[in-house]
Amino acid sequence: MSGSTATAPKQAPAARTGSANPLKAMSQNLRESGIYVAFVVVVLLFAVLTDGLSLSPGNITNIVLQYSYVLVLAIGMLIVIVAGHIDLSVGSVVALTGAISAQLVIGNGQAWYVGVLAALAVGLVIGAWQGFWVAFVGIPAFIVTLAGMLLFRGLTFYVLDNVSLSPFPAQYTKVATGFVPPIFGGYGYDAFTLFIAAFAVLAFAASQVRTRVAKVRYQQVVEALPLFILKLVLVAAVVMAFAWQLANSRGLPIVLIILAVLILTYSVVMRSSVFGRQVYAIGGNLSAAMLSGVNVRWVNFWIFVNMGFLAAVAGVIFSSRSNGAQPSAGNSFELDAIAAAFIGGAAVTGGVGKVQGAMIGGLLVGVISNGMQLLGVDQSLQQVIKGLVLLLAVAFDVFNKRRGGVR
Amino acid sequence: MTDNTQASTHPNILEMRSITKTFPGVKALSDVSLSVKRGEVHAICGENGAGKSTLMKVLSGVYPHGTYEGEIWFDGQLSTFSGITDSEKAGIAIIHQELALVPFLSIAENLFLGNEVKGRGGLIDWNKTNGEASKLLARVGLDENPTTPIGQLGVGKQQLVEIAKALSKDVKLLILDEPTAALNDNDSEHLLGLLRILQSEGMTSIMISHKLNEIEAISDSVTIIRDGRTIETLDMRADAVTEDRIIRGMVGRDLDSRYPERESHPGEEVLRIEDWTVGHPVQDRRVVDGATLSVRAGEVVGIAGLMGAGRTELAMSVFGRSYGRYLGGQLYKRGVPIQTRSVREAIKHGLAYATEDRKKFGLNLIDDIKRNVSAAALDKLSTAGFVNSNEEIKVAEDSKRSMNIKAPTVAALTGKLSGGNQQKVVLSKWIYSDPDVLILDEPTRGIDVGAKYEIYTIINRLVAAGKAVIVISSELPELLGISDRIYTLSAGRITGEVAAAGASQESLMSLMTKDKKLAAAGAQAGAGTPPVNSTIDQTQEHTA
Repeated sequence: MSGSTATAPKQAPAARTGSANPLKAMSQNLRESGIYVAFVVVVLLFAVLTDGLSLSPGNITNIVLQYSYVLVLAIGMLIVIVAGHIDLSVGSVVALTGAISAQLVIGNGQAWYVGVLAALAVGLVIGAWQGFWVAFVGIPAFIVTLAGMLLFRGLTFYVLDNVSLSPFPAQYTKVATGFVPPIFGGYGYDAFTLFIAAFAVLAFAASQVRTRVAKVRYQQVVEALPLFILKLVLVAAVVMAFAWQLANSRGLPIVLIILAVLILTYSVVMRSSVFGRQVYAIGGNLSAAMLSGVNVRWVNFWIFVNMGFLAAVAGVIFSSRSNGAQPSAGNSFELDAIAAAFIGGAAVTGGVGKVQGAMIGGLLVGVISNGMQLLGVDQSLQQVIKGLVLLLAVAFDVFNKRRGGVR
Repeated sequence: MTDNTQASTHPNILEMRSITKTFPGVKALSDVSLSVKRGEVHAICGENGAGKSTLMKVLSGVYPHGTYEGEIWFDGQLSTFSGITDSEKAGIAIIHQELALVPFLSIAENLFLGNEVKGRGGLIDWNKTNGEASKLLARVGLDENPTTPIGQLGVGKQQLVEIAKALSKDVKLLILDEPTAALNDNDSEHLLGLLRILQSEGMTSIMISHKLNEIEAISDSVTIIRDGRTIETLDMRADAVTEDRIIRGMVGRDLDSRYPERESHPGEEVLRIEDWTVGHPVQDRRVVDGATLSVRAGEVVGIAGLMGAGRTELAMSVFGRSYGRYLGGQLYKRGVPIQTRSVREAIKHGLAYATEDRKKFGLNLIDDIKRNVSAAALDKLSTAGFVNSNEEIKVAEDSKRSMNIKAPTVAALTGKLSGGNQQKVVLSKWIYSDPDVLILDEPTRGIDVGAKYEIYTIINRLVAAGKAVIVISSELPELLGISDRIYTLSAGRITGEVAAAGASQESLMSLMTKDKKLAAAGAQAGAGTPPVNSTIDQTQEHTA
């Protein structure tokens, strides 16, 4: 009896929920989540146009495998862009790291992990090289990475001696094309995939609940409880549906796990690490960041080291997927990564952008390309449409900001 | 037609009648009326956010006809401007606080930007352009070559170029938004003189200003706006209007004093700057030359100096060598020598510097209040490199409450706040970093009387808590009102140290202009010679 009366007042802080005007809150949400809405619309559109083929198990697996390296690049590119820079060299870095790995594994017969580690090390060195010129010498990143684009492409030709190298041993190609073995056995579908997805959903729900509880404890505004539950159920449904489709195909791709870990890590880093904050501060107002004690040079340096690292990861994935190294590998990947970041809401002037946004931006381009391939759209028309999507996405963003900015 | 001829003899060139402007959820202007007589200088006063700028935007067509209620009669005509080009065509020119000049283009190119003087074949006639430019420059009393790039001129001269640009467009009504906010006293004086000359030629001007002494000096009448309403229009000639009278109208009550009372109990010396010398970042000259000064706990020390005297440069150089080349000098914190080679190091030693230009150097305008407040002390909020964002919100909300920052939530973007509230965010940031010495560079520039008083109160609170505060300001009454001691700086040298109690504006001014030429000559000649002792007499001997 006495226990129940004691706990009752604790509910009080939870009463502070979102905006009183649901319509206003909705339009606010729509403005922030415009890209997500667009993504859902595009997915549904192609599902209808292809009679559901685009959402088939095999195709979903394909999209993941096919666009993973662009998403990896887009993570690094987003950070570079938020800090107010650009990196034009990542395509060449993908080629060079893949080439070095291939030369070691195929050319010299080293073990697969030697190739992977060497590629990652080269990526870090390249990042440090470009970071040095940008951060400590003060050359604009556009110039440094334009030079890098030529430089590393040239080195790729040199390393490969102008010819393609293939094939990789089976272990190496597993990175990008392999699947987690069906540990729990198969029943016509892979139970392990479902298990992992269920685990991820529960972990997500737990972290959301924890955040909410912390917010309530600090007496902050939280969304209404039914809305919160609805959000969790929706996310769970989408993830489980996605997992079901994967389970019905070939199971859980290894590259998806790599990707998930990277996305999760970098989302947290950008959202709540001191480093992430400093990146936003530099992009938002360089002088103010400097005068607030941010060590701008070192932050810039690490941004490029990180970009080099992620480009090397993408290089490994790409070489693994294409089962070899070509001198022209990774051509124009930098543009795909840049487009993903901008479609995902990053500001051209820096200071604004989210990892999730860039991922959705990259997937949006992926889904559109994939859908058009399924529909048998002409290659040239595909380019035209991709260009228009980039332009319209950013125009939409600018329009929203103008509407939101001027009262 | 008869209406028209009558119009041009009508005594009022402008009548805005019952202007009401609402934004979603906010009534920015309600039933505001403004009458401006032909040929007068009409001042508009009001606190930040009172609606002055909105009223001027309505007038100039930024908010087009139809988006507001009420009528605008300009030059006897009912005006229905649908954009700024319409109002310009009618003869209204606005000169904004933030100047709209292209730094790399020449004076002449800027003057005729968008209005180029074309010769045969549609190409620009450069001879005519530069010739016309010279004439316009002569009209505003600016003795500069029209081919000089704008970026090489000081702010004061740029302001004159803006006015010349307006004159080139056959303007009947000149609106100046805080024209002297960024100017030093000499340049302000010159600008006000120019307004008088233009007035004698028949020009009508509207001047928005926070500087009441200037309003008193130059305007014929003043309209006071408060909370989106016209409070009153005072005839500066007929009534005996004092600054206090205007303040009463602006804040709706008497401010007993413009500077809050404070009991002064200075403690031990917290920071001593000794023989500090700073070189210009690119030129071979000394911007600060052997400056020595100190500040004690619980003390407000003022630094007075004309623009270009090296005040900001001194402060920024001390604060982590953020300006120019460090050429020498030593800092002592409570008697112990310290180094501040980077901003981080300066913060670590308990220094804080709130910049004079909060938009450019103080705030991340595209980010919210809470992240700006925490920016200088993220370490305090984080464990293992990750920020506790809930704690961060709590810190920001505490600041918002104690500093009285007017914003809906701490998630509001700082770019949307008024100047006074932006300044409070900057101060919150540095107060949260828990410094021992705060250097406040022009802490009340461009903010209104009420917010100024609040800033002074905050300063008093800081010194009461034992902090040492250095205030750099161009407004001498302010320095005299809030400081315990004042140093004067001229051409990079400390030329005097006086107790605020016994000083006057005149005595400060004479110290601030003391030996300016001699000191400057000495600084140039002395670029390679060993630093001279900074006391005035020896300086004179040396340079003589």
